[in-house]
Amino acid sequence: MAVGKEIKNKIGSVQNTQKITSAMQMVAASKMRRTQDRMQHGKPYSQRIRSVISHLANSNPEYKHAFMVAREVKRVGYIVVSSDRGLCGGLNVNLFRKVVRELAELDARGIEVDLGLIGNKAGPFFRSIGGNVIAVMADVGETPSIADLIGGIRVMLDAYSNGSIDQLYLASNEFENTMTQTPVVRQLLPLDPSDEEAYRHRWDYIYEPDAQQLIEGLLLRYLESQVYQAVIENGACEQAAKMIAMKNATENAEKLIDELRLIYNNARQAAITQEIAEIVSGAAAV
Amino acid sequence: MATLQCEIVSAEASLFSGTITGLSVRGTIGELGIMPGHAPLLTGIKPGPVTLHLEDGGEEIFYASGGFLEVQPGFVTLLADTALRAEDLDEAAAEEARKEAEAAMQQQADTEYSLVAAMMAEAMAKQRTLEELKRRRR
Repeated sequence: MAVGKEIKNKIGSVQNTQKITSAMQMVAASKMRRTQDRMQHGKPYSQRIRSVISHLANSNPEYKHAFMVAREVKRVGYIVVSSDRGLCGGLNVNLFRKVVRELAELDARGIEVDLGLIGNKAGPFFRSIGGNVIAVMADVGETPSIADLIGGIRVMLDAYSNGSIDQLYLASNEFENTMTQTPVVRQLLPLDPSDEEAYRHRWDYIYEPDAQQLIEGLLLRYLESQVYQAVIENGACEQAAKMIAMKNATENAEKLIDELRLIYNNARQAAITQEIAEIVSGAAAV
Repeated sequence: MATLQCEIVSAEASLFSGTITGLSVRGTIGELGIMPGHAPLLTGIKPGPVTLHLEDGGEEIFYASGGFLEVQPGFVTLLADTALRAEDLDEAAAEEARKEAEAAMQQQADTEYSLVAAMMAEAMAKQRTLEELKRRRR
């Protein structure tokens, strides 16, 4: 019976799509576990070094590194961490939207912005809105290494050191749980002193071997670890968001198939009814 | 007895978090012994053993390949590049790494000397950590 041939085809193609999305969901779920592990393992170090640095920012060192001194802000830098691939729901879009909102605010105050972008998705977006991109680290992959990021971080730090930017921010997604990822923008430079009361009084570390060398090494390690951790965390966010997006897609496909099947059955029944009516009226006429 | 809070973290994991009565470590300048109430100190560390003196009188030994040490009167934080529990060090592998580094050092003069020297220092530090561990066990 020729009835509903098109609908049948349509159902077939939706089913194929559903197979793909459900496979992608399962791939994302297994990758999510791995990326989350990696994120958890790196967390203690990045948290500890952040607290050490905030103590340091509170002390009164004999040597003040450029990274520790706040300047008048004329131009700021943003490092934006995005995913390498799409199909992960609103993950990148939400982050970009937050950054764009901040850029608009800065623009209103007459402050210009330089961008350092990580991941494939950020590049085209920020170029299309006319951002001034000074560093791109694309194709970081699922197991990024610090070595992949170091070049781009260097560009941003050099820009800060030679005074072309006066503040540096890091924008990335924070992993709360599988369902929720929040875009956050944190200030990297100049350093943020900690609020703890115990460190308010005037004090300084003893430095071994000497303050300058040590602080420089520590600061560099700090910034690398913060950016690296952000990239790792964004990776975990990406897989979680992808899993949820694919789960929704699979469910939507299911709904679509149900609707199409109903239409198909209606059409088939109508055709049968009509045929019977024709036969009956034909017989009556004879 | 006065105590210190101690945290040892490496880039890959958190290795130790707890209360200790003191620790000894190799700083960039020399051996350091940190006791409770130490003045704030920030130092680089060299590859080598890190010995924690625990509250119950026992000791725990770690191997750190370098990094930073922050000391505050009430706590110490060790940010290691890579760190291991001394028990997890592989003796044979450490010996082999040292020999390899030695061979590399003799063969070539033109490749990067500092790189090989660092390799050598790390391998020797691992062995020293193992010796320390053995000595304690005896």
